[in-house]
Amino acid sequence: MNDNLIIADTLFSSRLFTGTGKFGNHLTMEEALLASGTELVTVALKRINPDEEEEDILQHLNHKHLRLLPNTSGVRNAEEAVFAARLAREALHTNWLKLEIHPDPKYLMPDPIETLKAAEILVKEGFIVLPYIHADPVLCKRLEAVGVAAVMPLGSPIGSNMGLKTMEFLEIIIEQSNIPVIIDAGIGAPSHAAAAMEMGADAVLVNTAIAVAGNPVNMAHAFKMAVIAGRMAYLAKLGTVKKYAENSSPLTAFLS
Amino acid sequence: MFQDTFEKYNWDEVRTSIYSKTDKDVLRALSTTKRDIEDFKALISPAAAPYLEQMAQLSHQLTQKRFGKTIQLYAPLYLSNECQNICNYCGFSFDNKIKRKTLSGIEILQEAQYLKQQGFEHALLVTGEATQTVGVGYLQNSIKLLKDVFSNISIEVQPLEQNEYEVLINEGLYAVLVYQETYHKDNYKDYHPKGKKSNFNYRLDTPDRLGKAGIHKIGLGVLIGLEDWRTDNFFTALHLNYLEKKYWQTKYSISFPRLRPAEGLIEPKVIISDKELVQLICAWRIFNEELELSISTRESEVFRNNIIKLGTTSMSAGSRTNPGGYTIEEESLEQFEINDDRSVEEIINQIKKTGYKPVWKDWFLMKNATVLALP
Repeated sequence: MNDNLIIADTLFSSRLFTGTGKFGNHLTMEEALLASGTELVTVALKRINPDEEEEDILQHLNHKHLRLLPNTSGVRNAEEAVFAARLAREALHTNWLKLEIHPDPKYLMPDPIETLKAAEILVKEGFIVLPYIHADPVLCKRLEAVGVAAVMPLGSPIGSNMGLKTMEFLEIIIEQSNIPVIIDAGIGAPSHAAAAMEMGADAVLVNTAIAVAGNPVNMAHAFKMAVIAGRMAYLAKLGTVKKYAENSSPLTAFLS
Repeated sequence: MFQDTFEKYNWDEVRTSIYSKTDKDVLRALSTTKRDIEDFKALISPAAAPYLEQMAQLSHQLTQKRFGKTIQLYAPLYLSNECQNICNYCGFSFDNKIKRKTLSGIEILQEAQYLKQQGFEHALLVTGEATQTVGVGYLQNSIKLLKDVFSNISIEVQPLEQNEYEVLINEGLYAVLVYQETYHKDNYKDYHPKGKKSNFNYRLDTPDRLGKAGIHKIGLGVLIGLEDWRTDNFFTALHLNYLEKKYWQTKYSISFPRLRPAEGLIEPKVIISDKELVQLICAWRIFNEELELSISTRESEVFRNNIIKLGTTSMSAGSRTNPGGYTIEEESLEQFEINDDRSVEEIINQIKKTGYKPVWKDWFLMKNATVLALP
């Protein structure tokens, strides 16, 4: 069965998106990304260093199947985000953009107001915008209305590995969305990724859990399998969960 | 302003409270997930000493979760050693009969080019306090010159007014490091008998002015060697808690400078052992998972090699602490003696050998963007 994910007319056969930060070295990162089967990797614009020829991260991402998704990490408002987006487009020759505006440097909580403002401008400027946001169903609809290519609600705070703490809201977002829903941030274990996919998420984005694992390459592979399994389960329709055993002497037996 | 919070505390009471923490308090601090300032007291107390390995493991895990296997690199760039303050622990002290030097624009660029060739993208500009020659105009001009060279510019200079900070931030300034040196208000005057720096409260409220100016990052810390380091670090934590709540859009970093030998200097009143310094660093990490923790070349090679895994997130390398020290006047008087004099390359190799990735660049100057106006 053909079950590809399409974002802005681009086809993805892998539903596992990955980050590039936090790895101990570029080679391990490259190996892990290849093992994960990912086709979309996000790169922080602030880490791109053209002066650092020897250890340029981009050299390790130079694979045909890897699409780059520059992110605006570090900006605090819409204006800075727009500036960063233009810079990223110039530096990385792509109009794809993970829009992240977190004015709170402690928990890196995304600013919904500035994100919506920036998204509107950037879509008009021809960017393919994937905004990182709270699991806020109304915000997702508002972003959809301004023309973003997908939404990226968080499962829990970035880098926390806490899993899908926003589950109830993610379910509403998935139910209501006309564009792909990518669950980003907080996914700390393959089981979390599988759960997200079983819920009907279109994709997940994982970074910390792979980068900081004892063996990042094996962990990347584990995530790959979890995402495939979760997606397969979703398509196969899970059985309903029964909270009580069926009573052997039903209360309504007298009716039959 | 922080002064109001600060005035509610009494140094001796805080000190007694830290020294009376028990095993039970330490275990509670280690096992909970959200830690408050009482937990921090327990973690820096003598009672926590037997739990050092546990603290180190926890600090290691928490740091990797947040920052990954990375160490950020920066270089200090001393612009001037002119200073009107008398501080009896500092090589730049006004009463120290040394050759004074303030770099010209061309000299600044020459030094910057040297650091850039080494790979540095994050620079920390350092001066004494000499407002006639090294005032806001001089600093503004320096940032203007350097923002095309470096991706990230921080300063460690005299405290300024809010509007002066705003000027520098608009020019591209990222962070300001301003250490209180000690929160022991009565004894502060003994260490800083003359000059603007002798005004304890003006320095204490500097981070407030920075927060209001909308700075990206503020670096806090005390000079270890002046007063009881545990009590001083409690007050730093108190200051941090206050700032984090009030200026929530600002990032914070903590440093742990130990008093180093320098010309004309007093002997440290308090000695912190390596073991205790590790305890302190781990305590900070466990207390605040998101905090940047910085280690300079004041520390020895062995200590720095091992601290990479224990909570540190940024390091300087190949540093010189005298103006022009990299390329111009290599022998002129330094602020303090460097303890780890390895080359940048050696330190990079050490970081890699430890399984960490050296990060040279983690910022870009938003030159066209205006600073966010804060309420």
